[in-house]
Amino acid sequence: MKDKIKIASGQGFWGDLIDAPYDQVKKGNVDYLVMDYLAEVTMSILQKQKNKNPKLGYAKDIPELMKRILPICKEKGTKIITNGGGVNPITCAEAVLDVARNLGIDKLKIAVVLGDDIKDRIDEIINSGSELNNMDTNESIKSVKEKILSANVYFGALPIVEGLKAGADIVITGRTTDTGLTLAPMIYEFGWDKNNYDLMSAGTVAGHILECGAQSSGGNFLGDWQSIPNMAEVGFPIAEAYPNGEFIITKHANTGGRVSFETVAEQLLYEIGDPEVYITPDCVADFTSIKLEDLGNDRVKVFSIKGKKATEFYKVSCSYASGYSASASLTYSWPQALTKAKAADKILRKRLENLNLTFDEIRTEFIGYNSCHGPLSKENNEKDINEIMLRVAVRSQDYYSIERFGKEIAPLILTGPPSVTGFAGGRPKPSEVVAYWPALIPKKLVQPEVKLIEL
Amino acid sequence: MKKQLLEFAHGRSGDKGDAANIGIIAYDDKGFEIIKKQLTVSRVKRHFEGICFGEVERYELPNLRALNFLLHNTLGGGGTVSLKHDAQGKTLAAALLRMEIEI
Repeated sequence: MKDKIKIASGQGFWGDLIDAPYDQVKKGNVDYLVMDYLAEVTMSILQKQKNKNPKLGYAKDIPELMKRILPICKEKGTKIITNGGGVNPITCAEAVLDVARNLGIDKLKIAVVLGDDIKDRIDEIINSGSELNNMDTNESIKSVKEKILSANVYFGALPIVEGLKAGADIVITGRTTDTGLTLAPMIYEFGWDKNNYDLMSAGTVAGHILECGAQSSGGNFLGDWQSIPNMAEVGFPIAEAYPNGEFIITKHANTGGRVSFETVAEQLLYEIGDPEVYITPDCVADFTSIKLEDLGNDRVKVFSIKGKKATEFYKVSCSYASGYSASASLTYSWPQALTKAKAADKILRKRLENLNLTFDEIRTEFIGYNSCHGPLSKENNEKDINEIMLRVAVRSQDYYSIERFGKEIAPLILTGPPSVTGFAGGRPKPSEVVAYWPALIPKKLVQPEVKLIEL
Repeated sequence: MKKQLLEFAHGRSGDKGDAANIGIIAYDDKGFEIIKKQLTVSRVKRHFEGICFGEVERYELPNLRALNFLLHNTLGGGGTVSLKHDAQGKTLAAALLRMEIEI
């Protein structure tokens, strides 16, 4: 058993800094690189791609990234864990094996976690007595069943642990909790008992701190943000974990950013609900038990974490098509920028009304004035306002209404208030609105499956 | 004396469906006593009038000198349904720190 492992966060979301995972394995030694690619909206996008082409449906950045990091990871013995397999983890793993072959790597074992995709099993699951009721509204999923784009169960750390036990160098999963990616190597390396919920919670908290990349090492820091050094070369967070459940959050030397009590505390509070009940498939962690000690030099010790037994359910996230939306903007300059933007909005709304279009919502915001803080925004003396961007967004079940809205924006330039600019890129196109259906499913109805493929 | 909350605390906000979460962290123990006293459910609900249309939940994390708020029915439907420019409530922690308090 190892007495310490280092787990590095390589991506906070799909679209994060492309070089971050490379820097994490290159600029120092780490045992694991973990990468979270899946936001809720990502699953529906990937499912659409797979519907068009069965060879797609995973984070396409992965093969390109592997080209750069596999030689280093092989040399240093760094293992990679990612949920970037999306709705097609097997094809993702095969693409990675191809990359390895082309690099001349002769031995590589990839574990693929399957079984999270229940899109084609909804009827069977309903027949087993689980109505997949919406967690917020308690409505049965039957009302949206025909419109479902994707349906995935959130697995936890255990299927990944199984892959690591089978000797995998890389574990690629579909929908797995972000926290499970980090907890898994701790369970595996330290031989943790999955029924020790304090330890499961410790690894889960470490996962929560790593899951948003540099958000715990100085990025998006609302404290004394201007004092954070060298954000251009920000170091992503690393958890230095110990068998007793304590860990230290740090980053590589000679990188930018900062790891401090404040930067870690901000991330701990990010997107949580009741802090005593942080539910994952592995445990229910109690965030009020977490203690932090700032050791200086970008090192923060995290300890004293407590937790309880996991629930009998997995969370399911379904996405379904729910109409269309579009947004458009125009910029009005001094003088009377805000008054002009408000007048233009009034004209636009009157025209939309005259056209008898149907909208579920029309939303107007004045960027530079109130788009962030709404009624809390202070209305400045208008002579001091240089410019205002009018942003109007619409949503409807009717495609035609949204399309027609798009045709009413550019005309405002010649048929509305003066000193207006910023209409470029053509008419805004309707985009499909994807709504979410969060539900719970008894764990016994879904079985994760771990498949090994290797060179 | 009137002071802005920004002097005593920092924080971060994000989305949980149509609810926004706002974590507020005091810089020191004295600051924590201030935010605990000032940031009551009703005060926060009043502050976000016209933004938050649902219930406000409040939780304490004394080890972190922090409070966590859940503002229900706040993000215009959440996810890709929301038409808001700040559909994920990313700027709402700063919005709460605008609050003026009497010291």
